[in-house]
Amino acid sequence: MMSEWKFTIKDLAEKPELLMAGHRACAGCGPAVVYRQILKAARGPIIATNATGCMEVVSTIYPYTAWSIPWIHTAFENVAANAAGIEAALKVMKKKGKLKHDHVDVIAFAGDGGTYDIGLQALSGAAERGHDFLYVLYDNEAYMNTGIQRSGGTPHGAWTTTSPAGRVIPGKLRYKKPITEIMVAHDIPYVATASPSHWKDLIKKTRKGLEVEGTAFLHVLAPCPRGWRYDTSKTIELAHLAVQTCVFPLWEVVDGEYALSAPSKVIALRPERKKPIREYLKGQGRFRHLFKPEFESVIDDLQNIVDKRWRRLLKKCGMD
Amino acid sequence: MKMAIAKQEVRALSGDEAVAYAVKQSDVDVVAAYPITPQTIIVERFSEYVHNGEVDTEFICVESEHSALTACLAASATGVRTFTASGSAGLALMHEILYVTSGCRAPVVMAIVNRALSAPINIHCDHADSMVERDAGWIQIYVENSQETYDSVIQAFRIAEDPDILLPTMVMLDAFVISHTLESVKVLPDDIVRKFVGTRQIPLVKNHEGKLVPFKLDPENPVTMGPLDLYDYYFEHKRQQEDAMQRASQKIKQIHDEYGEITGRRYGNGLINPYRLEDAEIAAICLGSTAGTAKTVVDQLRAKGVKAGLLRLRAYRPFPAQDVTKVLENVKAIAVMDRSHSFGAYGGPVFHEVRHTLYDAATHPQIVNYVYGLGGRDMPQTLIHEIYKELQKILETKRVKKPVRFIGVRE
Repeated sequence: MMSEWKFTIKDLAEKPELLMAGHRACAGCGPAVVYRQILKAARGPIIATNATGCMEVVSTIYPYTAWSIPWIHTAFENVAANAAGIEAALKVMKKKGKLKHDHVDVIAFAGDGGTYDIGLQALSGAAERGHDFLYVLYDNEAYMNTGIQRSGGTPHGAWTTTSPAGRVIPGKLRYKKPITEIMVAHDIPYVATASPSHWKDLIKKTRKGLEVEGTAFLHVLAPCPRGWRYDTSKTIELAHLAVQTCVFPLWEVVDGEYALSAPSKVIALRPERKKPIREYLKGQGRFRHLFKPEFESVIDDLQNIVDKRWRRLLKKCGMD
Repeated sequence: MKMAIAKQEVRALSGDEAVAYAVKQSDVDVVAAYPITPQTIIVERFSEYVHNGEVDTEFICVESEHSALTACLAASATGVRTFTASGSAGLALMHEILYVTSGCRAPVVMAIVNRALSAPINIHCDHADSMVERDAGWIQIYVENSQETYDSVIQAFRIAEDPDILLPTMVMLDAFVISHTLESVKVLPDDIVRKFVGTRQIPLVKNHEGKLVPFKLDPENPVTMGPLDLYDYYFEHKRQQEDAMQRASQKIKQIHDEYGEITGRRYGNGLINPYRLEDAEIAAICLGSTAGTAKTVVDQLRAKGVKAGLLRLRAYRPFPAQDVTKVLENVKAIAVMDRSHSFGAYGGPVFHEVRHTLYDAATHPQIVNYVYGLGGRDMPQTLIHEIYKELQKILETKRVKKPVRFIGVRE
């Protein structure tokens, strides 16, 4: 394993912004914060590619762009294939002595729609073939770009425009697809979860993902004030609560070895620090209906699934 | 300056093998492809070249055609030469990315082995798969045999990558009739092909800072590709694609000529391939391998004194409207043969194109449409004779009794 990259906040401040100011993300946009943190982990030249989605739309509009690095968007379901093509091109250029740099990192960005659902095939194929790139899933837990429709990443009970909080059916019935585990099962060299509330952890993991040879997958929770229905000032606070409640634990898998990351390890060691999920749910309008007496059992369901998945994770990390 | 014709070796190659061999010689950097019958031999042969170290191409064995074309598009945007191959359902799965590729002006070259679309599932030849993609902004070249397949794939790299064109290009060969039929194919030496295709030239474009930079994903000169582009610029970008398509007509002829100088082989003027049309009164029009059979029929009719001719369209996009009008100016009765159908339309797509092209022709020829050969249904000489017989009748009566017909089908 490579030696770990050490950095201070001053080092980061001195690094140029690769996604520049002037993009058109909403106030309080979680994904925009996530992108900024990811790009702070740059170790050299990067070519980025983006699936169709919020961040593709807000970072470009011809003739303007917020990108100061080469960037391409082609479609919704194929960002991993973009990355594969770019990586193959760079490889052959290097082989033929036509690449000006020793190495160029490739990062693919996609939301939960482009990853859990429509883009899963291309992602699985690219991971199986082992292309050397970092895949960043910015998970805002619904199709926000098209107006808050449910995705495979939407949590149980959440309101979306296609899983409305109806009189009979209180939001989404199904559970969040364990996408990170699916990627672990691809036996790729690096898989991790991260949250913008723990930026140092996120940036370190990004760097690891860039450094490993082969496909790396980084699953980042990216709260969305429009879709989750909360005040724009609460983005980082909610991301933090997601970690503290174990709704979104922080962990990584290096060459198949599971390990909890520090913020979640603390909770594993001192379970009394694990907050009940109500604290995470109550600040979000998408879960408001669950607090009506007739639907409170859904909160229990949610707590159960969170607990069950947390216990499973502890076991995998050898901390049960 | 006249170039000497290069010494060529005769090899026994099927159409698919001819494609793979041409790609092998054309210094292609990235090939991403997914197998589909009857295109599989292309992918298999090329895999052998890769695994035997005969090429330094990065070959991506993707998990779908959608990813095949996407990977080629992204590699092409990174600045390298790319190739893929497909047909039928595979091409249909690429449909979305066909438009993205031409819209990104990525000069990907693709071989299409024309196969019928499902359902019912059928692996044999018709042109439905590529005909529906005629509006996708790709140059389309239909070939007649394995030799032309080989020649056209090599030419396609020059056409697509020309800095004045930058349009993806597809070369269509008929399923089995060409793809799996072993023919004597004259192949050029590797160095001559390399010299002909050259290295990919990347034109300069203005980036978002107004700086002239190479049109590729390059960390030293960052460009943003595939941005959101709404009503204020999208239309101009589409108009530019049309301009490039119009320029391509001349370029296809020019590159075809240049190649002809080296090989001694020409297919008409590169856009259209007329056969015994000079003094013809009646003529059939078709694409692809059917032309081979039709030529024999024309010869038989000529031997009997019938003034019959044939026009094979080699380029379908850009559509060679001027050349078609000119070469048919003395023909009085025309049969347009369509190996695909647009359900509910007034005839097949080639018929639409030809008939409306000839609307302004001074001679105002009589035109009849024959939809034939769907799902690989054979088109023997006897049926083509029937078409010419009908043309003779039309010539006599100056009347087309039934303009849209199906031939070789139980009705």
